[in-house]
This record gives sequence, structure tokens and C-alpha cells, in this order.
Amino acid sequence: MSAAVATASPARAIEPRHAGWGGIGLGLIAWFIALPPALVRTPLPSIVIGVLAVAAGAWALGGGERKLGWGAIVAGIAGAAGAVASTKSGVGNLKDVVTWSALIAATLRYATPLVFGALGGIVSERSGIVNVGLEGMMLTGAFFGIFGADLLDSWFLGLLVGMAAGAVLAFVHAFFSINLRADQVVSGMAINFLALGVTGYIFLDHYGDQGTPDNVARVPDVSLPVVKDIPFVGDAIGKASLLTWIALIGVVALAVFLFRTPRGLRLRSVGEHPRAAETVGISVTRTRYVAVIASGALAAMGGAYLSIGFVGSFNQNMTAGRGFIALAAVIFGNWRPGGALAAALLFGFSSALAQRLPTFSPSGAVLFQALPYVLTLIAVAGVIGRSRPPAAAGQPYVKE
Amino acid sequence: MTEEPRAGQALAGEGGPEAAAVTPAARLAAYVQAGGVIVPVLTALLAFLIAGLVIFVTGHNPFSTYKAIFNGTGLNWVFPWISSDDRTTAALNLQQTLIITAPLILTGLAVAFAFRCGLFNIGGQGQYFVGTYAAVWVGSSFADMPKLPHILLAIVAATVAGAVWAGIAGVLKATVGAHEVISTIMLNWVAFWVGSYLFALHGPLQNTDPAQQSVPVSNEVAASAKLPVFWGDPELQGLHVGIFIALAAVLVFWVILNRSTTGYEVRAVGLNPEAARYGGISVGRNYILVMAVCGAFAGLAGSMDILGWEFHVATNDIPVSQVGFLGIAVALLGRNTASGTAVAALLFGALLSGTSQRNLDPAIFEPELASNLTTIIQGLVVLIVSADVIVLTLVRRGRGIFRRRGAAPLAAKEVEAA
Repeated sequence: MSAAVATASPARAIEPRHAGWGGIGLGLIAWFIALPPALVRTPLPSIVIGVLAVAAGAWALGGGERKLGWGAIVAGIAGAAGAVASTKSGVGNLKDVVTWSALIAATLRYATPLVFGALGGIVSERSGIVNVGLEGMMLTGAFFGIFGADLLDSWFLGLLVGMAAGAVLAFVHAFFSINLRADQVVSGMAINFLALGVTGYIFLDHYGDQGTPDNVARVPDVSLPVVKDIPFVGDAIGKASLLTWIALIGVVALAVFLFRTPRGLRLRSVGEHPRAAETVGISVTRTRYVAVIASGALAAMGGAYLSIGFVGSFNQNMTAGRGFIALAAVIFGNWRPGGALAAALLFGFSSALAQRLPTFSPSGAVLFQALPYVLTLIAVAGVIGRSRPPAAAGQPYVKE
Repeated sequence: MTEEPRAGQALAGEGGPEAAAVTPAARLAAYVQAGGVIVPVLTALLAFLIAGLVIFVTGHNPFSTYKAIFNGTGLNWVFPWISSDDRTTAALNLQQTLIITAPLILTGLAVAFAFRCGLFNIGGQGQYFVGTYAAVWVGSSFADMPKLPHILLAIVAATVAGAVWAGIAGVLKATVGAHEVISTIMLNWVAFWVGSYLFALHGPLQNTDPAQQSVPVSNEVAASAKLPVFWGDPELQGLHVGIFIALAAVLVFWVILNRSTTGYEVRAVGLNPEAARYGGISVGRNYILVMAVCGAFAGLAGSMDILGWEFHVATNDIPVSQVGFLGIAVALLGRNTASGTAVAALLFGALLSGTSQRNLDPAIFEPELASNLTTIIQGLVVLIVSADVIVLTLVRRGRGIFRRRGAAPLAAKEVEAA
């Protein structure tokens, strides 16, 4: 695993693949030791570790692991460069930005809506219906979530109203995509425009200039009994919104459903080869309807988290592209719940960091928000392994 | 069923590898053949009808609302009986409508050109953004240049910026097969945040005016780079020459597509990439070229707004901008044809200006509410257009009424197939 071994003998004492991963790890460590709490104030150790990471990458490259090898080389250089930059900046600033427990807690907060959206996207696309309308379904959930919570004076009923509204919008997408065999991307974009217009219209018509009231019922936070008392871990993950926990459970549940249950297998078969699925007696139409509607309800849950969980109010177009980041997480995570969770956490982390970076550079922090989209571009370019959508995604199905 | 004619084939969409060849262009080609001008008109009417229901259900009067919006568009200027005072207002409003129509034509073309090659360019908004950034940068620098070269330089910079931005998606599609929908969506947001960074407080392109250091806005475009105003008062946002540039672009679009080898190849790839490849056309080269041309249109749109009436980029305006996204509705309603796009752009341009804070009478309908109405109508139009099956069914039923030359054998075959 270590680079020392990697350079020691050309015999297969260590697999090139492991050397690649090790190199990536070393690159991260190189930066990590220059940040709080370790705070090594001289760049030399980081540079040494960075060089080792590059060496491990080169070894992995020689062994034929192209992507991992380059990954390790990039990680080594970036880690060392980051560490050098960190040692040059003030300790106070660093401590302001990098408080790991707070960063992790913020990452979870930012990732939650993305996770819900991504789960929705996976369900729909695995059934063969491309869903670029996630943004609109999320926005609908955000508005109707707080609208319902305000009118019915209960966060739970508000959540249900939001999900129902998302499901209705998803039903429209399903009807056009399945029955009318519409182009799914066009229909999805229509959903986004409709959601933007309808939520903005009702919001202004009902609340006017005042905006949503301050005392709307909010989704409660839930503390983990034992975990919250553990020093570092407690600050990071001891307490979070109920919906954050549901999102995390949802990832596991969807993974089990898709890959360990007969119904999940049927759903995937409809997305991969609908004709074959129909031949063995699975109703393609019904499966896709259920999947798309579930997708809308899930995405709407993510939106409702924004309005009645996170912020406590609504404003026009409040999702501001989060639905598209969720779509990016689906692709980045290769249409798998676990992968999408990892992507959502990565994107959430970049948002959390962007909130704190203004200490260093206010405008630079803004640029940081583009990171999820740039990473996804790199991912679809095939640099980090090929991401492959379900075979029949986007193709209307006609029964014979 | 397998012997179905091409219009039907485009819709059949069998599961399996062959189905990948059913491009949006092929579907829409079937649609264009079938619908003529009646279907787009019906589409728009249906969208307005549903939006009217929304107005009615929320307790307003749809008739007076639509009338107020119509008066806000200034299109009543063409009526000879409009009296002198109203006529002045109408002229001002019509100038606004045409100012907004110019970039809409261009972003519409940016989407339409891609559709004709079987690509869905959702990235018009991002390409428009980079166009505005390039235009504002060039337009506010080089203040001592003579007027015409300065304007041309700014326009070219914006056009090239848009072309390069969209070209990224084209290259990704041609080389590694990355789906252009995904890459253009991502490029939109990258462009969005890049602009929010460039003109932010202490951003690299924030204004250099000492009095405005707390305002996240770019420098003002120099007088030498402003497009000349030919109707109305330049101080009151009179109509600039951008509308003619946009109409020239419509002509260019038509000539490239219908009267050039490139256009023939583009359409061939759009209708069936596999057949085009078999016929010796480089599909990848066409993808890159088409995306670059699309980006050029959208980037040009950005320069029209910056050099014509906005004169600066403010980070607050970036999230509000919808010109690129409206281009999707414009192109789809215009059936991806040159003339159709121009007409559809006028419709949406009129809607935007008719529902704007400046033009709509707030005593009758709240402008902020009305601008959401525009978004609803935009969504409805796109939704209805997406369901080409409805239209084809209607047209099949009504073929006797809508009969077109050359359609007869097609219809006969279909009867057999059914």
C-alpha cells in the first residue's frame, strides 16, 4: 500500500491498483496534515508525501492502471500545492474555514436535498424514463411543502402535501412520456418551466410581498442518543434534521430494493430491455408510472427539506439548480444509490466549503460553486470511468 | 407494423439498439410534414387558454388581463385607429417588444439548429451568458476605438465565446459520446457561476468606478460600442439595430440549412446519423460544427442585449435571465424552421414585454404575477409540443382537411398498416 514498498521491487508484491489508491490517499494526507487540527506549519513533510503519492501514481501507471495512476499523480500535486498554500495563510483563517465537525454537519445539510433528488432520478431513470424535470419537482415540493405546512399548521401534513404535488407533476411527465411517447427531455424541461411558473404564481398570489410567515411548522431535528455525546463525532453527526436521516436510510433502502428484491429486478429490467420484460409478464407501462411518480415524490421531499427543514421560508426559484446537481449526482454515481450518495456528499461538501471560503476570497468562493458541474463534465467525458445509463432510458416503449 | 412509413416510424420508438436512431429531429421532421402552420397556432392557443384558466381560477379576469398584456406589448401600434397619446405609449411598448425579440430569435435559432442535427441544445442560456460576458468586457475596454470597429469587435468576441462554450459539448459528444443534454446543462451552470464570480465584489471584472466599489456590477459599455438606436429616444431605451442583425441571422440560418452542402449534411445527420455515416458524412465533425454554430447564435444574442440596452452585467441579473431557456420554447413552437422561429420569438418577446413591470398596467394585473404567467405559458407550449403523437393523430384523422402535396401515398400506406 505504501509508496516505499511500491518503489522497492518490481515483483508483484503489490498490485498497481492498490498503489494507485494509496497514492490518492497520500495526496489527501499531504494536504490534511497542513490543516487544523494537525496544522503542520512547514510545507516540507507535505511535499515529501506529495512526491511519494506521485511516485505511487507513476508506478500504478506503469502497471497499466491509467485512470488511478493519473488520479494519484493529480492528488499528489494538488495535495502538496494545497498544503503549501495552507502553510502560507494565517492560522486564524484556517481555523475559521476548516472546523471538521462543523464542515461535516454542513455537508450533511447541503447534501440532503441532493440525495432525495438523486434517489428520485435513479428510480425514474432505472425504469427507462429520463427525468430532467427533477429541478421542477423539487421546486414544487419546496413550495407546496411550506404552503401545506402553513395552511394545515403541521410540518408532517406539509411534507405530505409537498410530496403529493411533486407526484402530480411527475404524473404529468409520466403521462406525456409513456402514453403520448413524448421526447422525455423536452417533456422534462416543460416540467421545469411549469413548476417555476406555477409555484411563483401561487406564491405571489397568496403571499404577495410579505413572503411566507416566520412561524411555519418546521421538520424537527433528531439527535442520536449515544453518538451525540462523543466529542468530535457528536458535533458532526450527532444531530441533524429528521429528513437527513430519512435520506440516508432511503439510500440503503433503495439500494436493497433495486438490487436485492424481485420488484427491483423488474424495475431495472424495464429500464434495460422493456420488450424482454413485457414478454415475461411485467407491465412496462405500470412499472414506469409507479417509478416516475415515486421519483416526483422523492424529489419533492428534497425540495420540502429546503423550505420547511433547512431555510424555513420560500422564495421564487429557491431550488436554484439543486435539481440539476441531483441529476449530476445520478450520473456521477453511475445510476447507483451508493454512488449517488457519495456524489451528493462531495457536492454538499463543496457547498459547505464555499460558505466558509469567503474568509480567503469572497469572489473565489463563488467560483467554487461551479465545482459540481465541472466534475460532472469531467465524469461524462469518461475521465473517471465510463458512466453508463440504463439501456432503454429515453426510448418510448410501444407494446406489440 | 414493420412496414410503417417514415412519419410513423419516427414515432414507433422500438426498444433496442435501432431505437437509438430515432432522434428528436426525425420526430420533429415528421411533425413538420404533418402539421404545417395550423398546429403551432393551435398549440399556442391551447397554452393561452389553459393559462387563462389559471388566471380565472385565482380570481382575476382573464379577458381584461390578456387585453392589458396585449396593450403592454405595443402591438396595438399597428392599428390605425389608435389615437395620438395611446400611440406614443404603444410605440414605446413596441420598441421594448422588439428589443426583447431580437435575442429571443437568436437563442431560438441556437436551439433549432441543434434540433435539425438531432441534438438537443439546452445550453442556450450558458452560451448566452458567456456572450454577455465577452461583449461587456470588450465593450467596456478599448474606449478610444472608432464606433464601427468597436461594435464589430465586441459582437465577434461574444459570438466566438458562445461558439467555444457550446463547442465543448460538441467535442465531448463527437469524441467520447457524452450526451449533449447533460453536458450543456452542466455548462449552463458553470457559465452561471463564472459570471457570478467575474463581476462579484472584488471579482476580476468588477467595475473600476470608485463610487461603485460596493456594487457587484461590470463596467459600463463605452459609447463607441453601443448599438445605434433607430426608433425612439436612445435615453429611453429606443429600438436598437439588433433586430435587423437577428433577422439577418434568420436568413443565414435558412441559407446554411437549405442551400449549402453543410446544411444538407446537418439535416442528414439529424434525420438518421447511421444512414448519414454510411453515406460518407462525418457525423462527429457535424456535431462539433453544429454545436459551435448554435453557440455562436446564442453568444450573438448576449451581445445584442449588452450592446443594445443593458450596457453592463450585474450579478443580480444573472439568476433572473431566462432568454436562453425561452429559446427552447421559441424553437419548438417555430418547428425549428427559420421563419417559424422568428414568429415564435415575436410571440414570446411580446409576452415578456407585455407582462413586464414597465409595460403592464398594475391596476389590472400585477406584473410580477404576470411574468410567472409567461413562464407557465412557456412550459405549456413546450409540454404540448413534446407530445407529437397527439398532433399526428389529429392530423391523420383530419388528413382530408390538411392534405398536402405528396402526402397521399403516405396516407394510403398507413391505412394498410393499420
